[in-house]
Amino acid sequence: MHPIYTHHVYPVCIVLPMSIGHTLLGLLESGPRHGYDLKRAFDEKFGHDKPLHYGQVYSTMSRLLKNGLVEVDGVESGEGPERKRYAITDAGVTDVQQWLATPEKPEPYLQSTLYTKVVLALLTRRDAAELLDSQRAAHLRMMRTLTERKRGGDLADQLICDHALFHLEADLRWLELTAARLEKLALEVR
Amino acid sequence: MNRQVPPGEAPLLHAQELRKQYGATTALDGAEFSIRPGEVVAVMGPSGSGKSTLLHCLAGIVTPDSGSLTYDGRQMAAMSDRERSALRRTEFGFVFQFGQLVPELSCVENVALPLRLAGTGRRAAEREANGWLERLEVAELAGKRPGEISGGQGQRVAVARSLVTRPRVLFADEPTGALDSLNGERVMELLTEAARSARAAVVLVTHEARVAAYSDREIVVRDGRSRDMAHAA
Amino acid sequence: MSAAPASAPPAAPPGPTGPDARQGWLRDLAMGARFAVTGGRESWVRTLLTGVGVGIGVTLLLLTTAIPNALAERSTRTDARNDYIAAKTEGPAPNTLLLASTDTTFRHQDVRGRLVEPEGPKAPLPPGVRAFPVPGEMLVSPALKELLDSGGSERLRERLPYRIGGTIGDEGLAGPHELAYYAGATGLEDRLGNGPVQRLDRFGTEEQEPEELGPALTLLILIIFVVLLMPVGVFIAAAVRFGGERRDRRLAALRLMGADGRTTRLIASGEAVAGAVLGLVLGTVFFLIARQLASQITLFDLSFFPQDLTPHPALAALVVLAVPGAAIAVTLLALRGVVIEPLGVVRTAKPPRRRLWWRLLLPVAGLALLLPMSGEAGGDGDFNEWVVVTGTVLLLVGVTALLPWLVEALVLRLGGGALSWQLAVRRLQLSSGTAARMVNGIAVAVAGAIALQMMFTSLEGDYVQDSGQDTTRAQVRIDVDNSASARELERALRAGGGVADSLAFDTATIAAKPREPDTATDISVGSCAALRQLAELPSCHEGDAFLLPGGDYSEDTAEVARPGRTVYLSPSYEGSPGAEAAWRLPARLPTAKGLKDPLGMETSGVLVTPSAFSESARKGLTAQVYVRLDKSTPDAVDRVRTSAARVDPLANELTLVSENEDRQFAAIRTGLLVGASCVLMLIGASLLISQLEQLRERRKLLSSLVAFGTRRRTLSLSVLWQTALPVALGVVLASAVGITLGAVLLKMVSAPVRVDWTGVASMAGIATAVVLAVTALSMPALLRLMRPEGLRTE
Repeated sequence: MHPIYTHHVYPVCIVLPMSIGHTLLGLLESGPRHGYDLKRAFDEKFGHDKPLHYGQVYSTMSRLLKNGLVEVDGVESGEGPERKRYAITDAGVTDVQQWLATPEKPEPYLQSTLYTKVVLALLTRRDAAELLDSQRAAHLRMMRTLTERKRGGDLADQLICDHALFHLEADLRWLELTAARLEKLALEVR
Repeated sequence: MNRQVPPGEAPLLHAQELRKQYGATTALDGAEFSIRPGEVVAVMGPSGSGKSTLLHCLAGIVTPDSGSLTYDGRQMAAMSDRERSALRRTEFGFVFQFGQLVPELSCVENVALPLRLAGTGRRAAEREANGWLERLEVAELAGKRPGEISGGQGQRVAVARSLVTRPRVLFADEPTGALDSLNGERVMELLTEAARSARAAVVLVTHEARVAAYSDREIVVRDGRSRDMAHAA
Repeated sequence: MSAAPASAPPAAPPGPTGPDARQGWLRDLAMGARFAVTGGRESWVRTLLTGVGVGIGVTLLLLTTAIPNALAERSTRTDARNDYIAAKTEGPAPNTLLLASTDTTFRHQDVRGRLVEPEGPKAPLPPGVRAFPVPGEMLVSPALKELLDSGGSERLRERLPYRIGGTIGDEGLAGPHELAYYAGATGLEDRLGNGPVQRLDRFGTEEQEPEELGPALTLLILIIFVVLLMPVGVFIAAAVRFGGERRDRRLAALRLMGADGRTTRLIASGEAVAGAVLGLVLGTVFFLIARQLASQITLFDLSFFPQDLTPHPALAALVVLAVPGAAIAVTLLALRGVVIEPLGVVRTAKPPRRRLWWRLLLPVAGLALLLPMSGEAGGDGDFNEWVVVTGTVLLLVGVTALLPWLVEALVLRLGGGALSWQLAVRRLQLSSGTAARMVNGIAVAVAGAIALQMMFTSLEGDYVQDSGQDTTRAQVRIDVDNSASARELERALRAGGGVADSLAFDTATIAAKPREPDTATDISVGSCAALRQLAELPSCHEGDAFLLPGGDYSEDTAEVARPGRTVYLSPSYEGSPGAEAAWRLPARLPTAKGLKDPLGMETSGVLVTPSAFSESARKGLTAQVYVRLDKSTPDAVDRVRTSAARVDPLANELTLVSENEDRQFAAIRTGLLVGASCVLMLIGASLLISQLEQLRERRKLLSSLVAFGTRRRTLSLSVLWQTALPVALGVVLASAVGITLGAVLLKMVSAPVRVDWTGVASMAGIATAVVLAVTALSMPALLRLMRPEGLRTE
């Protein structure tokens, strides 16, 4: 239904590699940072009980460098490892913007990505409410499709669709709840 | 998938900048709404957001303090209470959450009620009513009183009653609010099917996403302001 | 086991007997009573409604129980001042009193008047009088003083040319509103005799003989009590059930908390008792207020002092015990049809079909008791009051029991009609019991009132007759026997105004002997013009005299009035000395045929023109003037009365009426109508309360009906039908029962059975007024609840 969106089903309950890239990009929007700083900021805001590995940061950054979304702002050499400072490029800003604006494909267990997006939107002073609304619209569209399919289908179809519908409904309620608490969240993450 | 409403068709009911105060509380603060013939629009939003007030304004039950509201090109504000009542009798249908069936009338009499209000003779009205009970799969309840039937059956009777006058707009305020999911779903299916086959527009106030999923489009009301979610994506 | 407060000892197991069980009882009752007052606004409003309803009923009960006492007090006072039955004495003595009755009427109000002239220092004082008024002075009742002081009473003031010297004490008055005076007079001895003057040596009847009511009247009064009190009972029963549905929901909540069926019944009884006790308190307060107000009111021409209205202690005790008892009984009965389950109130969906047989049994038993008594209360019949009362009560209770069945049976057959009609009919079909109960009170009152009206109409044969008096010729007759001639009296009356036409002559009784004659006839002295109105006279000239041998007044005319014989005018009889004036009848006495006088009687005796009469016999004559009133003068009759009183304070006035209606009787009838109206209004009030309660409970439904375009008219009409339908049914059924009851009662007193359709119509009219009032008063609530705000309750 959304041709621009090509993701497949992601493993459950982990922050997706693609999302790490966008997340790190988003964190860079507030100013250039060292890789180490990035890891710390990420862990603090999104990592919770699963901190990022350094390796993951560096491999992601090198992919972003390759794609022209970030550039190296400078290198500090001294004791210890070499420390590159990364800055976001205009293309990088556009990419973050696009990512945030595109609703996730309504799937069960989306909270982590959605949560990351909301926090990033708040951090980068983008319209988090708009983000939630468009996600909500996407969810409801999905639910409509499932409802429609259910109408025509047999009992097995109905049960499968119902399973998905109940999960989507739970998501939607989370979206509503988050929308109602956006201001409080903004105070906490900024 | 969804029935496509020709976008060019003129809206049947169209509201702009509706405002309504109840004492110090602002129920509507510039709400917008538009529905085309045959369209099912869900009105969602948290409790106290003003969605019921919006429905009451749209149905001409409550007069907004300001704003423009047209039905079929006619300004509702310019109508007298009598005209609005007549409109509700003949052009609109209503389903509420509960407490809407007259307890001492039998189901068929309840369904026939709007027709009788509009002046149809008793026999003809009840014949028509029986037809609608059949369409909503509750024909066997015709002679029973609301106290003797279950909530889901009662809602089906209420839906039959709301459609019996072949209204052009059906207003449903939490029609499944008091039902379990299975009954609620069945009521929604019958409601939307019946409304579609009668080409009635449906304004569906609900806070349940699974009920809203029966709509073509949804409007979210927050703090008295409306948002058409078709523009959110 | 019960919803006992936490403080209750948990160890006590529920036992069917023993002190614990009794404690549980009292505790549950007390908890119910506490709910009645502490359950928030809802519950005390309910308790207050019940209290006011029961209070109104209690007030009526207390007033009713006080009436016998009030009547007794009143007759004690009137007996004590009685001067008719009191022993009369011959000749003046130090302890005698000359007293003349000078009662008059002023604008339809009776004024009791007495002229008094003590003949010695030990002359008896009438009750309420401390010292005799001196001549030219009078003692007046407070009500008369007020009347005389007010404007517009000149015609009366002129009749009473005495100075007010003081007031009559309460003990000398029948009631606070009695108009009465005692005036000092002189020279009454001259008038002693046939006239209104008597000589007394004491006041009051020797023996307190209770006034004998005829059996028919006794029956009437018994029925009045039954008929007026039964609706009060029905009303109290209805009042106890005010707000019952909310109560049931609360009891359901208690069931959820673990109360058992018995406990809920006890708690409900406790609530009912609390309402009833509040009702008793309020009723006592209302009664005390009503008692004070009662002295301001004159009903049946009677007025009472507040202290007269004291309930009989035994009856009052009965009220105090019976009202809470009835409250409990009604509550338990009401709960019988309701199953209170922990999760809500289940009304037995289809109440058991009402059985007919026991409902029919009651009225049939009543009839069976009453019918064999046919004719027993007629004449001097001594009848068993208890059987009559039991029979009547059974018949009326029968109506209350039959009504729900009939209402249900009839309502089930109703159908068709407009939507408003359908809504009302369906509602009645669903709860015909409630409707019938509410209307029972009306029906009982109406049935009883119709029966009573019938008795009145039929008994009017005895009490109200065509008097035969011709009120087109004259409306008033004035008699004066103070030696003023009829012509002088006529002149004075005409001068006083209000007279359109008059017929004047002097008259007397004549006999052949001066004392104790066995036979007598009349003599009338007047102008030819006057005499022509009394007899067919082919010719009449001054100096003529005629004999009328026929006529209604005397069969002895021919024997007494022989031409040329000496006769005596106003002969003396024992205890009543007359003038004994001798006069020789003319030798020539042509006979003539007497005509009817304005009283409707054919004149008899001797007619004489003045010049044929001898002046010497004048003192035996009484001047008599028939007056046709001038209709264009508003107070013509009072003018004539005043003119007459100025000619002679002892002038007698006779008002002619075409129908001779017993005034007391008319008053009872008015009272009955007033009483029935009051009862209907009470029932109307409870109908209104239940109507409002029902409307409040359907707020959501009403709003949704408005949402889909129901017209206000439809809903208003359905409210009207909902009240009108059962009331109409009630009135129709009650009319049938009332007519039956009336017929049975009339048979008992052997009176002809006649249906008083005016009475039936007036009851129907009052019932209609009550229906309209209830509907009108529910309208504001209905219109308010129909506002769309009702939809936003969630």
